[in-house]
Amino acid sequence: MRLTTGTKVAAAVAATALLATACSSGGTGGDSADGEAVELTFWAWAPNIEKVVDVWNSEHPDIQVTVNKQDGGDPAVTKLLTAIEAGSGAPDLMQAEYQKIPQLVSSGALADIAGEISGELAGHFPDGVWNAVTLGSDAVYAVPQDSGPMQFYYREDVFAELGLEVPTTWEEYAEVARAVHAADPNTYLGTFSANDAGWFSGLTQQAGASWYGIDGDSWTVQIDSPEVQKVAGYWGGLVEEGIIDNKPMYTPEWNAALNDGSQVGWLSAIWAPGVLAGNAADTAGTWKMAPMPQWDAAAPATGNWGGSATAVTSQSEHAAEATQFIEWLNTDPAAVQALVDETGIYPADIPASTAALADPPAFFSNQPDFYELAAETAQTANPFTYGPNINVAYSAYNDEFAKATEARTQAAFLAAVEAVQTATIEDLKNSGFSVKE
Amino acid sequence: MSVRASTRPSIIATAILVLGALYCLLPVAWVVVASTKSAGELFSTLTFLPSTHLLDNIAELVAYRDGLFWRWMANTALYAGVGGALSAIVSAMAGYALAKYQFAGKAAVFNVLLAGVLVPGVVLAIPQYLMLAQVELTNTYWAVLLPSIISPYGIYLARIYAAAAVPDEVVEAARTDGAGELRTFAQVAVPMMLPGLVTVFLFQFVAIWNNFMLPYIMLGDDRLFPITVGLSGLLNQGASQPAMYTLVITGALLSVIPLVALFLLLQRFWQVDLAAGAVKA
Repeated sequence: MRLTTGTKVAAAVAATALLATACSSGGTGGDSADGEAVELTFWAWAPNIEKVVDVWNSEHPDIQVTVNKQDGGDPAVTKLLTAIEAGSGAPDLMQAEYQKIPQLVSSGALADIAGEISGELAGHFPDGVWNAVTLGSDAVYAVPQDSGPMQFYYREDVFAELGLEVPTTWEEYAEVARAVHAADPNTYLGTFSANDAGWFSGLTQQAGASWYGIDGDSWTVQIDSPEVQKVAGYWGGLVEEGIIDNKPMYTPEWNAALNDGSQVGWLSAIWAPGVLAGNAADTAGTWKMAPMPQWDAAAPATGNWGGSATAVTSQSEHAAEATQFIEWLNTDPAAVQALVDETGIYPADIPASTAALADPPAFFSNQPDFYELAAETAQTANPFTYGPNINVAYSAYNDEFAKATEARTQAAFLAAVEAVQTATIEDLKNSGFSVKE
Repeated sequence: MSVRASTRPSIIATAILVLGALYCLLPVAWVVVASTKSAGELFSTLTFLPSTHLLDNIAELVAYRDGLFWRWMANTALYAGVGGALSAIVSAMAGYALAKYQFAGKAAVFNVLLAGVLVPGVVLAIPQYLMLAQVELTNTYWAVLLPSIISPYGIYLARIYAAAAVPDEVVEAARTDGAGELRTFAQVAVPMMLPGLVTVFLFQFVAIWNNFMLPYIMLGDDRLFPITVGLSGLLNQGASQPAMYTLVITGALLSVIPLVALFLLLQRFWQVDLAAGAVKA
């Protein structure tokens, strides 16, 4: 047989593709002929989540899930969107942070699983959390996994030594910060981090802000709302006075400061014990958790920092099986218990979490009612809406607040808020969204 | 007297070289020292004070997800070894052809090649992803190997080297003796070009070994990751998790050992080539 050049090329491509299939140990959505197991791939970054998935795999030989660990947060989203754009290469399942869901939905990356879920699923989650995966519509884009209500963490031993009371209002927080810094100029009650936009948006959420809104068919952006201005002005004042540090969090320097006691407090979220245990192991047993300082002591509130859901991607050929798996993963009592034990998350599922969270985290064994207190604060989380270009808002935050913390003036903090608002609106319009100003 | 003075090393030049050496070696020293510290000591003890936890760190790294680290190392070795070798072969053929044959469009091909040297590989990663996605080769070993095979800089070097090291007379003599073109290339030209090809191989090997962007975009399956992408994942597990600095530092230390070994082994060829280039090019 004489082969034409075209046939030869086709044969070469086919042979290469075969070889490729043989080489790759887990491609997307393995073909499921009758009687064969459905294979699902799952992009996630929660530590040890593969151990929870192993439990599912051993109980469900017909639906096998493979975890592919990814770089958490933004990098994983970028990679997913590239694969969606290319038309192939996306996994069946994806860990998605709540703030990224509008962006993923508007890019067509997530499947609507409203038709696949069981009826009572919505009742498992707090309203605010459920709203984050439905975006207030009839569609369901993900099943909530964990949430991150914010609290105040502090060094109980240092507070006792200096005779300080735990601050319950932001006014008191400023006084305590002043006292801590006065006692030792190298020591701070906290830092304003220009690297952690999620932390700042949580603080503004507590003050009653919502960065985005939906008005009819249009988006609105309210990053320069009076509530955000209030929070930025407050922190700008503390940094200008020099009683709060201006260095970013999650740097080696900050880790060392937590460990050696030159940072004696941290406004963080429910997952803080894991971070403290990893970064400041020497300080075990000296920390305590308290509710956030309040703007209005009569109406306690908090915000969220972090937390994610599990979504089915629009490229999955097995949406029904994938949905079955994520419902189990995030609501089955045994699975939720395993999530708490193995990955150290604070589960979003209400019925299963009470049993799973009976004991305090090991790093806070000195605070037996840790999770009871956490559950009380979690109920006070304010509603908040994320928009389709939150990535732009967050990176504008990083740029603008890096300058503001460098300048160390209240005016620079307020200017940064305006700049983030402008950058976000501009990008939203340029991306073709309808924006109401 | 004056001759001896002029050959004495200048203090300023020596000082600059020492500074340069420190600039290159201090980070390496930091990695070596830091990999001996436990997570608690990493940011709390004196920076260059070694500790005793190197073996613990290695054990922890090896235990991470049932030894996934070794799989990443093997992947990197495969990508860099196979990619570097294929790249050297392709570069040798293309460079030899550009140096020794006259054909229509030769100047155009060479100019495109020169332009290719100027385009950083990072820029091409996403277009390459979209192309490979159309033939469904993303998330496979091929996704990283195929784009690594063509190295404009390697072809450029091979052309220069073929022009300098393979005399036209030798090629003519081989043809006169009845050798075919392929045989002339494989048995006459390649041995003469070998030191240059080792350089091409080393360049490409190191480039692939250190490459992050291409495999990062191409691969979703963490069992196909090279060491760079795998270690980066250990640092980025979300705000709610402490970064695993100790494991990443230990992993980085282990991952440069093969590179150092390779350079020491192939150093002889490397020196020959630099000298040859100085005289002939």
